[in-house]
Amino acid sequence: MIHFVLHAAHDTVAVVVVEGVKAGMTLNGWIMDDDKNMSVVARQDIPIGHKVALRDMKVGDTVIKYGIDMGKVVKPITAGEHAHVHNIKTKRW
Amino acid sequence: MSIISKDTTFLGYRRENGRVGVRNHVIILPLDDLSNAAAEAVAHNIKGALAIPHPYGRLQFGADLELHFRTLIGTGCNPNVAAVVVIGIEDGWTQKVVDGIKVTGKPVVGFGIEQHGDHDTIMRASKAAREYVQWASEKQREACPIHELWVSTKCGESDTTSGCGANPTVGDAFDKLHPLGSTLCFGETTELTGGEHIVAARCANDVVRERFMFMFNRYQDIINRHKTSDLSDSQPTKGNILGGLTTIEEKALGNIQKIGKICTVDGVIDKAEAPTHPGLWFMDSSSAAAEMVTLCAASGYAVHFFPTGQGNVIGNPILPVIKICANPRTVRTMSEHVDVDVTGLLQRELTLAQAGDKLLECMLRTANGRLTAAEALGHREFVLTRLYESA
Repeated sequence: MIHFVLHAAHDTVAVVVVEGVKAGMTLNGWIMDDDKNMSVVARQDIPIGHKVALRDMKVGDTVIKYGIDMGKVVKPITAGEHAHVHNIKTKRW
Repeated sequence: MSIISKDTTFLGYRRENGRVGVRNHVIILPLDDLSNAAAEAVAHNIKGALAIPHPYGRLQFGADLELHFRTLIGTGCNPNVAAVVVIGIEDGWTQKVVDGIKVTGKPVVGFGIEQHGDHDTIMRASKAAREYVQWASEKQREACPIHELWVSTKCGESDTTSGCGANPTVGDAFDKLHPLGSTLCFGETTELTGGEHIVAARCANDVVRERFMFMFNRYQDIINRHKTSDLSDSQPTKGNILGGLTTIEEKALGNIQKIGKICTVDGVIDKAEAPTHPGLWFMDSSSAAAEMVTLCAASGYAVHFFPTGQGNVIGNPILPVIKICANPRTVRTMSEHVDVDVTGLLQRELTLAQAGDKLLECMLRTANGRLTAAEALGHREFVLTRLYESA
């Protein structure tokens, strides 16, 4: 089963595509652009459609998805954590 | 090999001006809010006539008024419409809409309410509508080449599965339709924020690119003028955020998947303007679903691709809206709204090319007459875009 997908190999976040992801689970990921696999251990429960961090990030870091800048880190993030509005913000507007 | 080629045909209604529609509506079109009651009464009297009520049309001026007329006239001109009865509070602006629709050669007539009252207006308009409905009911579908089917797209209540699955499915279908000479459309100006450079790079030439960037920057100026925050409460929407989308940039990068990987952006139109040649058109527009889809219908599009993640339920009175979804939870909880299930994409059970073909197959069946989920459920959202206050 694929638990999460990402677009580019250097994306720093990925999308959980199944329900029921719990802290401690080892998640199987699919890198869509390269058709390769990877894994990460979930550190928190993450709802379907929400993002899991793939690496540690510090405040001010740029978050990469689709291989492109999608915003900035506003609270430190550890790999496997839930990455969303509580720790990432837009750089626009 | 895709399921479509230049020899593919669909069964459509060829209109007097040569355009091809896939529905055969007789619409009762109010000029203004005051005429809704009469329009709905006529549609109640005459079975098969469809009233399209809306809340505007009084004391608008300048560009906002022009857009009002362009949207109403465009709706009447759409090839999914066989004939039109226009009802307005007075004759002047009513006749302006009638004259605009008359250019297509289709049957159209207008009625003003003042000095007649609702009863007399409803009676006269009902007589006209009855003739139109019977006349339209004899129209026959004929085989038409696929490039004559105009296809628009806009996504809604998007989540992260939209950008990974449902939107790329539309992109794959657009990449297959574009080389056949189809007329396509996308828009949602603010929802390109963070990915505008990608769209600019896809523009066919510098003229299109400059026009696109003009439209993009014009909308950014509106946001900057009126904003009280970073818009994190409305772009992304609460539904988007619930679905996992975090920033406008992330939403935009997902949104842009709808224009595929290879097809070029060949032209730029303002709201409700009609494209003048085949290709993929960018229409400057709001990202609110019903506003954008209403504008697509007014621009003359005959079928609409609507990818959703969390489950937007939108339809349109005259434009069949095909829903595509890649979120397995939404497909489970809201199956009655989903026309094309592409959840298999995210489990590697379906390739993108297969997903695109699945959508194109649904497009052809819809064009041939199969009702979309939104049509069967009676979704007829018709929302006019306003630019500023009335006078």
